Amino acid sequence: MPLLEVKNITKQYEKDKKVLSGISFDVNGGEFISIIGPSGAGKSTLLRCINRMVDFSSGEILFHNTDIMSLSKKDLRKYRTQIGMIFQHYNLVSRLTVIENVLHGRLGYKTTLQGIMTRFTEEEKKEAFHLLEKLGMREHAYKRCDHLSGGQKQRVGIARALIQQPKILLCDEPIASLDPNSSKVIMDHLKNISQELRITCIVNLHQVDVAKHYSERIIGLNGGQIVYDGAPQELTTTNIHQIYGSEAENLILA
Amino acid sequence: MKIDVYRKKKRQFTIFALIVLCMTFISAKLTNFSFVQGISSVPEAFRWMGSNLLITRESFEKMPSILDKLIETIFLSITATTTASIIALLLALLGSQTTKVNGFFSTLSRFIASVFRNIPIVAWALILLLSFGQNALTGYFALFLATLGFLTRVFTETIDETSNSSVEALQSTGANYYQVVSKAVLPECSPQMISWILFMVETNIRSSTLVGILTGTGIGFAFDLYYKSMNYNVVSLITLSIVVVVISIELISNYIRRVIL
Amino acid sequence: MDTVKSSVTFDIRTKPSGKIKITNWNKSKVVMTGTLLVLTLLSMYGFLTFDYKEINLIQATLDTLANLKLMFLQANLNNFTLAEAIYQIGLTVGLAFLATIIGAVISLFIALFAAKNLSPKPLANTIIIFIAFIRAVPTVLWVFIFAIAAGLGSEAAILGMLLHTVAFLVKAFAESIEELDAGVIEALRASGANWWHVVTNAVIPSTMTSLLSWTFLRFETNFTVAVAMGAVAGAGGIGFELFMASGFYFDMKEVGFITYAILLIAVMLEFMSTRLKKRYIVKS
Repeated sequence: MPLLEVKNITKQYEKDKKVLSGISFDVNGGEFISIIGPSGAGKSTLLRCINRMVDFSSGEILFHNTDIMSLSKKDLRKYRTQIGMIFQHYNLVSRLTVIENVLHGRLGYKTTLQGIMTRFTEEEKKEAFHLLEKLGMREHAYKRCDHLSGGQKQRVGIARALIQQPKILLCDEPIASLDPNSSKVIMDHLKNISQELRITCIVNLHQVDVAKHYSERIIGLNGGQIVYDGAPQELTTTNIHQIYGSEAENLILA
Repeated sequence: MKIDVYRKKKRQFTIFALIVLCMTFISAKLTNFSFVQGISSVPEAFRWMGSNLLITRESFEKMPSILDKLIETIFLSITATTTASIIALLLALLGSQTTKVNGFFSTLSRFIASVFRNIPIVAWALILLLSFGQNALTGYFALFLATLGFLTRVFTETIDETSNSSVEALQSTGANYYQVVSKAVLPECSPQMISWILFMVETNIRSSTLVGILTGTGIGFAFDLYYKSMNYNVVSLITLSIVVVVISIELISNYIRRVIL
Repeated sequence: MDTVKSSVTFDIRTKPSGKIKITNWNKSKVVMTGTLLVLTLLSMYGFLTFDYKEINLIQATLDTLANLKLMFLQANLNNFTLAEAIYQIGLTVGLAFLATIIGAVISLFIALFAAKNLSPKPLANTIIIFIAFIRAVPTVLWVFIFAIAAGLGSEAAILGMLLHTVAFLVKAFAESIEELDAGVIEALRASGANWWHVVTNAVIPSTMTSLLSWTFLRFETNFTVAVAMGAVAGAGGIGFELFMASGFYFDMKEVGFITYAILLIAVMLEFMSTRLKKRYIVKS
């Protein structure tokens, strides 16, 4: 049984402008999937439909066979704790310390009061340090996040997602604002996470070569529709043309 | 082509200047303001100030009572500002696009803010005066309402501008509304908000002088009293003491801003 | 101490209780907390020491609410006509406009000497300090002070508002001018342009839009100030009518009408200045 089943979902913000139309795919545990496509293809919206940061217009998404649109407010919180998210612009609370930001990942497990009073258990704090250690960030634990470099911020973002103990990681253009070296560090970490911890990674990417190098499966999106879904080895120049349209020439040359 | 743009700009500017001139003329007619007389009275006024607005030794005898009134005014403006800022924060959370609960409360909050800040503080003071009388509370509520309107607006803008991304991140971890507000919105926005609160304390010292003239409280009352009895030496002492207070608060605020922003 | 997992724990900071610390009390956090604490304590002290004069708070609040209801639901004119009301509003707008426009012209000249990239530092600093002094005095006090020499009326009101406007605008203008790209001024200077050439060819054209927005913003403020001067300092206009309606006739319906009129103008001005600000004043 697949972990996540996306069935024929459609999203439209305005009446006759579909951002997503008829998207269907299944996701298994531990898979590393890249979603590629030109800007405006609907990649971000698709990711946000999965954790319901965006409510889709029609279709259904099943997680462990539960329809996520039917979740109550409380259950939605619980569902979201199982889905970690990583952002292009890291989305950290910049004035707080690294360790505080990592612990934000536990808020979904807390009552309102525990969250507001910052009541984290010693185990949670140790786990946070442990994750930072694994990501090579331990010595920065007490720094304020606005004093970090982009690559470091993204690693804090990953730690925040991992401390949720998620089943799935949604990564929205995680390396689009990073230099090549930091990008490699981040992608290697994501790869490790999916292989060692068996956490499914769904990664929006701009770079076809990165997607081919890291992922087990590539989904190509164009105009809100899936135009390719398969192994990276089978992705042909024709496919890339289909995905990127006229932009493709530059991408292939690059 | 380029010359055309240049010409168009020049013509636009000429039209704009003509409109401004016309309005100046109409305004002067309407208010009976004569430029010659107005401008010629400036040196005279300054000469008068130079010779009459002197702080004499006798006026210093009034210092303790002036200080008393001044402290009342300072407390009034601080109290009105802090209490207003708490309500303003709640309204701003409802009003901001990032943290709004629903569209109705958001619109309501923006509407309340707009009404409160656009009704001048004197109007509030005059209305409240009718039922509260000449009382510290009249001034307090007038300052409170006007401050509430202003702070709600700037707090809403601050939340809209600064906390969008971290709010999304915390929501995606499963955090609930109150947790998102306390762990993402407040840490991100508090420096900017404190800066606005300090600005408002400073502004309110000046406003409460104005309100005090109407409500018979604080330093405004003292000023009015000595002004009407034509004791200009004390008037200048009062003016100077206000200046000292306002500038001190400005310097402290600037220091705090430098550290926190 | 728990040093079993030493590789993990050696740089973890703990509280006296032995719990792991997660916050970091840097200077900025200390100052923010301190500021809020001091403000809270001062407010509490203020509430305790105000001279309440044995007021019945509940009764007064109820009365005010009743007044507000009368004002806003049955707004009406009784002691003067609509035409007169429009004239009085025009008068107030006129006061504000004159103080703003004359102030803007004077401010532009002074700001050129107060901007550190155009003027020697000692001169600029002197002007800025002097201006801060003028700004610290409430406008109404300036109006009263001018009224001693010029008599209460529009002259004193305009001069008083003018002084405050200049004090505000010089600071704003000088800061806009200082934001100007240093390279532009340098390039013109290098090509042999003198100070006035730099001002007329570079400074004014490139800061014009932001100067205009600041001026309009001040116009908006000055409208409110003009209302206040009418009510408090006998400058006439709609503010004075408001003062009469509430203080002499006790006519809440008329107070309501006047408040609506003021609100309408203020909202219009705010709308315009917000649009100008969004377009031209880039927030840093």
